[in-house]
Amino acid sequence: MNGVHDMGGMDGFGKVVPELNEPMFHEEWESRVLAMVRAMGAAGAFNIDTSRFYRETLPPQVYLSSSYYKKWFLGLEALLLDKGYISKDDVASGHSVAPAKSLKHGKFSMADVERIMVRGKFGRAAPAPAKFKAGDRVRAKNIHPATHTRLPRYVRGHVGVVERDHGCHVFPDTVANDAGEQPQWLYTVVFDGRELWGPDSDPTIKVSIDAFEPYLEAA
Amino acid sequence: MSEHDHHHHDHDHSELSETELRVRALESILTEKGYVEAAALDAIVQAYETKIGPHNGARVVAKAWTDPAFKQALLEDASKAVGTLGHVSRVGDHLVAIENTTGRHNMVVCTLCSCYPWEMLGLPPVWYKASPYRSRAVKDPRGVLADFGVSLPKETEIRVWDSTAETRFLVLPMRPAGTEGWSEDQLAELVTRDSMIGTGFPKTPGAPS
Repeated sequence: MNGVHDMGGMDGFGKVVPELNEPMFHEEWESRVLAMVRAMGAAGAFNIDTSRFYRETLPPQVYLSSSYYKKWFLGLEALLLDKGYISKDDVASGHSVAPAKSLKHGKFSMADVERIMVRGKFGRAAPAPAKFKAGDRVRAKNIHPATHTRLPRYVRGHVGVVERDHGCHVFPDTVANDAGEQPQWLYTVVFDGRELWGPDSDPTIKVSIDAFEPYLEAA
Repeated sequence: MSEHDHHHHDHDHSELSETELRVRALESILTEKGYVEAAALDAIVQAYETKIGPHNGARVVAKAWTDPAFKQALLEDASKAVGTLGHVSRVGDHLVAIENTTGRHNMVVCTLCSCYPWEMLGLPPVWYKASPYRSRAVKDPRGVLADFGVSLPKETEIRVWDSTAETRFLVLPMRPAGTEGWSEDQLAELVTRDSMIGTGFPKTPGAPS
C-alpha cells in the first residue's frame, strides 16, 4: 500500500539524531510489547508480514506521531482483535472475558524462547526456474497494490541491474493476507542514484533493494 | 502521541501512562487466555538484553580481518560462515556481509520498517527505525553520514542497501591502519555498531573511545 511507512526519498523529517549510550528500551512497557509480538507470532497467531501490514495500516497521523513500540502495540492489538484472538470486551475490561481461540502452534512457553532468538526461515524450494540472472537489466514495475508489498515506491518504474540471486523466498505480498506463501525468486537489484533521483543526484550513489520476481520486468 | 498521553506524562510521573495501562491489560488478557506463559515473556526480554548485541558482529568482523579464508567464506555466505564460529550467537539464513573498500562504502537501511541484522548487532537504535534515517538514507546518504560526523572522499562510491526482504546485511568495515599484529580480541574492541551499519568507522588505535 502507498502508506507513510514507505518513506524512502521523502523530505522534511530533519536530521538523524543518534542518542549517546542509548538503552535497549526507554520504558519497561516497550520490552513487554516486543515480547508479546514475538511470542504471539511464534505461537502462530500471525506471520511477520501480517504484523508489518497492521503497522502500515495505522492511520498516517498515528503512524508518524507514535514511537516505534507504540506502533508495535497498536498494530498488535488491532491484529489480535481482527483475527479473533481477543475481543473488544477483553480490551475494555483489561481482562479475558471472552473464550480463547486455539493457536496454530499452541501456547508460547519457556521452551520456545530459544528458537525465536534465531530468525525464521524464509527460503523455499523453487516452483519454477528463475526468470533473471545477475547482470540482467530489469525495470521495477509501476504497480501500486493496496495491500502489503515490499516494493518501495521510490524504485517503481525505474531500471536497475540484477546483482545477486537469493533463491526463492516466501512472498510477503500474499502471505501477509493469508493468501499463502507462494514462493518467488528474490534478487538484489541495484539502481544508479541518477536513475532514481534525477540528473542532479550525487553521481557516486547506488541504491539496491531486494526485489521479488513479480516486482520486476525485463528492461 | 495523543493529547491524553501528554497530559499523563506532564501531570505525574508516578502515574502509569495510558500506554502502560493498555500494554499491561493486553498482557493480562494474553496470559489469562493461556496464549503465553508470563515467565516466557520475561525470558524473551532477558534473551534480548543478554544474548544479542554488537559484540557478536564485532567478533565476526575481527575474525574476517585476521583470517583471509574466513573473510572469503563470510563474503560468499555469511550465515554459513558465522555458523562455524562457536562463540558467536546463532544466526538465521540469508545474512549477507558486504565489504567496504577504499573505493566503495556500504550503508544499510530499511526504508519500509526496521529490518536489521539483530542477531549480529542487537536491537536497532531508535534513529535506525525513525523517519529521518529511513527517508534520507537512500536519497542523500552523504547528508546522513554528515549527521553522524562522517565524511568520505567525494569520489567514493556509496552503496545503500535497502533491506526490503528477509535478507540481512552486515557491513564489513575496513581494518584500521596501525593494527598490524593485533589479536582478534584487540581488534574486536575497535569495531563499533555503527561501523557495521555503515554510518560510522571502527575506532582508531590509540584514540579516546
